[in-house]
Amino acid sequence: MRWFRRPTPQFITIQPPTQRERIGKDLWNKCDTCGAITRTKDFVANWKVCPKCNRHERLDALERLDLLLDEGSFEETDADLVSGDPLKFVDSKPYPERVEATRKKTGQNDAIVTGRGTIGEVPVAIAAMDFPFMGGSMGCVVGEKVARVMEMAIHEERVCITISSTGGARMQEGILSLMQLAKTSIMCKLLQENRVPFLSILADPSTAGVMASFASLGDLVISEPGAYVGFAGRRVIEQTIRQTLPDNFQTAEFVQQHGFIDLVVHRHEMRGKLITLLRQMRHLPAAEFDEEGEQHRINTPSPKPAEAPAKAKKKAVQSDSRKS
Amino acid sequence: MSVQAFDFEKPIMELEERLGDLRRRAEEGDERAKERLARAEAELDRTRRDVYNKLTPWERVLFARHKDRPRAFDYIKALTTEFVELHGDRGFADDKAVICGTARFQGSPVVVIGQQKGKDTKENVTRNFGMMHPEGYRKALRMMRLAEKFGMPILVFIDTPGAFPGVGAEERGQAEAIARNMQEMFGLRVPIIALVIGEGASGGALGVGLADRVLMLENAWYCVISPEGCAAILWKEGSMAPRAAEALKLTASDLLSLGVIDAIVPEPLGGAHRHPGETFANVEKALVEHLKGIQDLSEAELLQKRFDKYRQMGTFREI
Repeated sequence: MRWFRRPTPQFITIQPPTQRERIGKDLWNKCDTCGAITRTKDFVANWKVCPKCNRHERLDALERLDLLLDEGSFEETDADLVSGDPLKFVDSKPYPERVEATRKKTGQNDAIVTGRGTIGEVPVAIAAMDFPFMGGSMGCVVGEKVARVMEMAIHEERVCITISSTGGARMQEGILSLMQLAKTSIMCKLLQENRVPFLSILADPSTAGVMASFASLGDLVISEPGAYVGFAGRRVIEQTIRQTLPDNFQTAEFVQQHGFIDLVVHRHEMRGKLITLLRQMRHLPAAEFDEEGEQHRINTPSPKPAEAPAKAKKKAVQSDSRKS
Repeated sequence: MSVQAFDFEKPIMELEERLGDLRRRAEEGDERAKERLARAEAELDRTRRDVYNKLTPWERVLFARHKDRPRAFDYIKALTTEFVELHGDRGFADDKAVICGTARFQGSPVVVIGQQKGKDTKENVTRNFGMMHPEGYRKALRMMRLAEKFGMPILVFIDTPGAFPGVGAEERGQAEAIARNMQEMFGLRVPIIALVIGEGASGGALGVGLADRVLMLENAWYCVISPEGCAAILWKEGSMAPRAAEALKLTASDLLSLGVIDAIVPEPLGGAHRHPGETFANVEKALVEHLKGIQDLSEAELLQKRFDKYRQMGTFREI
């Protein structure tokens, strides 16, 4: 009965690619919340906000500065600070190697970009945390740069603004990371004593060590919608109380309801809101708007060579004409 | 002695048992036992030194958590007189995980703040295992403001496995409470001394621990995360905690060399839980010495020194 046996297949069936694979990552973006598919080019032009469900995708530090500051006003400070290795920390690889790899990958020297600039012509000293750099974690460099940006705000009479996007303190620098909580908090006290306005902006996620220091101490605390904001991690709490937590627990809206956030502001309106607030704080006349109303307040994202691969060029031209 | 012993103390326990046996026999008139007594004593002494002077970081963590280790309230009772416990944050509740009040230390009025773990399960439930809620941090801050108003130095005893991670704690702003405390402690115009007596877990400890002088008992630990937490994140396994303890550099001598603490308070051989009396004496001596160092500074000098101390913490390179 040998001829009944199934022969070794000469051909193999090729499974159709899954939807995610079929969507070229560079060309299309799929929203993690609602599944809506948007052209990456449009998505970026929309400041990475899902046009269907308004989910705010994370931005890196440079995108955040781009979003908020007056065009061309940014001047970076202390870009040359990099981490030491105080603990000689080794997990799966030595900490310095991890930092080097991340520096190469992100093009940043640490998890924060600081500098001076203007928003609605009001001078600011601004710090934006970079989540892609080791989860935006605060080690000695982040702590030092936050402290320096606050000192700059005092000396140059600028409004101080921090934008947090971080998992907390950086474990690999151990107790010295913890000491950055103290360092940045005492600087907040100095801002208060010198009557320097301090706005803390929270973006997804803002948790643990950074929330337990300068990010909570703003004169105003402003958050993007839906951002994860809290002290302890959700999993840790669930394990402690042995219950499942509601979905909205530790969202910006939840924290606002409990009185710890002044405003939850949509990304597209953040710059406009800041201009209004900053000009009020500085006793400047209200900002003048052009005939298009609020439209002009929204910056356009700067083009990034890395995000516009050659293949995408043809379609990109079409989407350029589309207003965001 | 009925003190709970760890595995690494076994050789000592065995020798102690043998020594006890020999002593009994020597008292009964056994000549050979008398001869061996001196040798056994020397051996015990040597073994003790061997084990206790070479404790690994993880073994120190176990010591710091020992159930018989003196708690904050034990130090308050032993070192101060006229302690009056004061309660409540004037906003929400009285957090039992922290004990606050006024007392006299060496005859002078002070405010004491101590994170209190329980001695047994029942007390631990009341004390929430020394894990404070936001109202605890606010209560501590309220007491520190009293201290400032009345010109009393502040003594803080730190012993916590962390700020409590719970629903109520999040709702009432755990992060904000800790941040606010650090900010305000920096401005207090009275001397602050903090002593880590057991566990110093991250923001939970630092939320009451920003001080002019930070001291640490020899077998206490102080770090940005617990060894278990670190192991769970980096190695995805809690059982790697001993290795994490090694990597995190969380012992008193590590922190002294990193410049985070000002001094180590020695513990008698075998740890504070075996010799509480001597430990209290060592702590008292250290507190007196360090208080003397800052008590006579002017307010401006005190605040400037406090600022310098924290402003310069951290290491980085410029490229």
